Amino acid sequence: MKRSWALYAAAVAGYLFLYVPLVIVVVYSFNDSRLNAEWVGFTFDWYRRLFANDEMIQAAVNSLAIAAVASLVSTVLGTMAGFAMHRYRSRLLPVLVLTPIAIPEILMGVSLLLFFVLLNFTLGIVSVTLAHIAFCIGFVAIVVRSRLAGMDESLTEAARDCGATPAQAFRLVTLPLIMPAVIAGALMAFTLSIDDFVITFFTAGAGTQTLPLQIYSMIKISVTPEVNAVSTLLMLLTLVLIVLASKLAPGALRTS
Amino acid sequence: MRWKPRGGSMPGTSSPAEGAGVSASGARHPSWQARDRGTGRWLVSGPPLAYLLVFFAIPALIMVVASFTPPGEYGGLAPLFEDGKANLTLEAYERLAGDPIYWEVFAKSVVYAGITTLCCLVLAYPLAMLVARSPRKYRDLLMLLVILPFWSNFLIRVYAWMIILGPQSALSRAVNAVVEPLGFEPVSLLFSSFAVLVGLVYVHLPFMVLPLYANLEKHDPALLDAAQDLGANAWQRFWRVTFPLSLPGVWAGAALVFIPALGIFAIPDILGGTEDTLIGNLIKQQFLETRDWPFGSVLSIVLTAIALALAGLAAWVSRPRRTA
Repeated sequence: MKRSWALYAAAVAGYLFLYVPLVIVVVYSFNDSRLNAEWVGFTFDWYRRLFANDEMIQAAVNSLAIAAVASLVSTVLGTMAGFAMHRYRSRLLPVLVLTPIAIPEILMGVSLLLFFVLLNFTLGIVSVTLAHIAFCIGFVAIVVRSRLAGMDESLTEAARDCGATPAQAFRLVTLPLIMPAVIAGALMAFTLSIDDFVITFFTAGAGTQTLPLQIYSMIKISVTPEVNAVSTLLMLLTLVLIVLASKLAPGALRTS
Repeated sequence: MRWKPRGGSMPGTSSPAEGAGVSASGARHPSWQARDRGTGRWLVSGPPLAYLLVFFAIPALIMVVASFTPPGEYGGLAPLFEDGKANLTLEAYERLAGDPIYWEVFAKSVVYAGITTLCCLVLAYPLAMLVARSPRKYRDLLMLLVILPFWSNFLIRVYAWMIILGPQSALSRAVNAVVEPLGFEPVSLLFSSFAVLVGLVYVHLPFMVLPLYANLEKHDPALLDAAQDLGANAWQRFWRVTFPLSLPGVWAGAALVFIPALGIFAIPDILGGTEDTLIGNLIKQQFLETRDWPFGSVLSIVLTAIALALAGLAAWVSRPRRTA
């Protein structure tokens, strides 16, 4: 089909709009100047400062720990939800799984804040993790359900007809077949958790820092290349996870 | 759409009996079909259902109840029961209804989200169209390139615009190099409504590209050939064939951009000036600074109602139609 130059130009402009800002963040993280204004010279100073910043290290450790637990639990629960949504006709489950994704994040943040405070549940790493699990379940469930929808159902049936219990049929036939989607879902959940700002902001309380919260408080005060450095590392981590997830379950990332 | 069997499969026959509760394939697997519907179902759907009831549905219900309580003496909530009777009031709702300032904030948020949606549509359309018309083997890669920025941290993407629009940036200096000789005051790009809109568009763009691409990819190129054979030029082919067919994708994308854009607070917080207060900022303020939780809950409930109504509307407008 003939493509016009105008379409090309507009699309290239679109890609530039998406990537130039991120490239600028990365480039200035190596810039030997306090101002993110012009290129002065190459340095690793901002990274060195980052690794000497105890608060930042603590925030990174918190973020990784929360993401590890949240992705693990939400992958198990999300896989169950995806399986249940595929196999059984339920009205309530899809609503509970999909609404958290469809409404603005702040709503889940403030309602969980109310919930934890009324229960006298101390805000901190645990409350953040519980909140992250709740919003990650939906993403995992969607990926798993779409994999199940594309799967040949007769394989599981054959297993059942041959005398497998439902648990055996799931463990020996269904699970290996949907494994790539499950792993992709886990990687997505990890990424969503480590990147989440809004829900964390409301459920973390005063004393707990995560990387996004740390970045937020830094950029509220001033723009410093240290933020560029931590941003670059965080982007690198997400890039690896997401490219990996997209290899395991092509199309999975579009479900959001 | 692939026919999706639920219990068992009988290739080639869709089973209308399914809806009536009698699976057409039930007879094929009499031994385990019925049992699966019982305990197995609750073993699998029970845990995620329970989790989401506790950590999503109950907090939402608490918020509804909180919206009807008076504020506590030291912020937060007043006790629900006092002197043996329920302590309920419509105070917070009356406050919202009675003060036009809040309605202005809602209106402003709707306008910002609307402009964001339109800008995203204009930017996303050529992107989605180019990818949809690329050779099949490149499409996945090109789409991955659109989605990747979405998966990088939200704050980093907003921060990038702090750098680009900041007073020392090349862009700001270039703009002022043009503006100042003309006798105008130097312009500040950052901390303005413009910066907020740029941030909103940038963050939400992938949400528009995805559904548009999913729609455009399915178009039959023969339609455009036919239009061309009948004498339509490129402009007419777009407005009379491609665009009308893509409307379900446009509506889906509009919902995916508009709804989250409506509740955002961090972008006005970081990129906006003092007048750029949106609903999200108001809600955050009520919960964390003023600590008037009942009023914060009322604002959140109104926002939820708007979001759900719009999501329903978009689903209704873009529903599959037989005559399309």
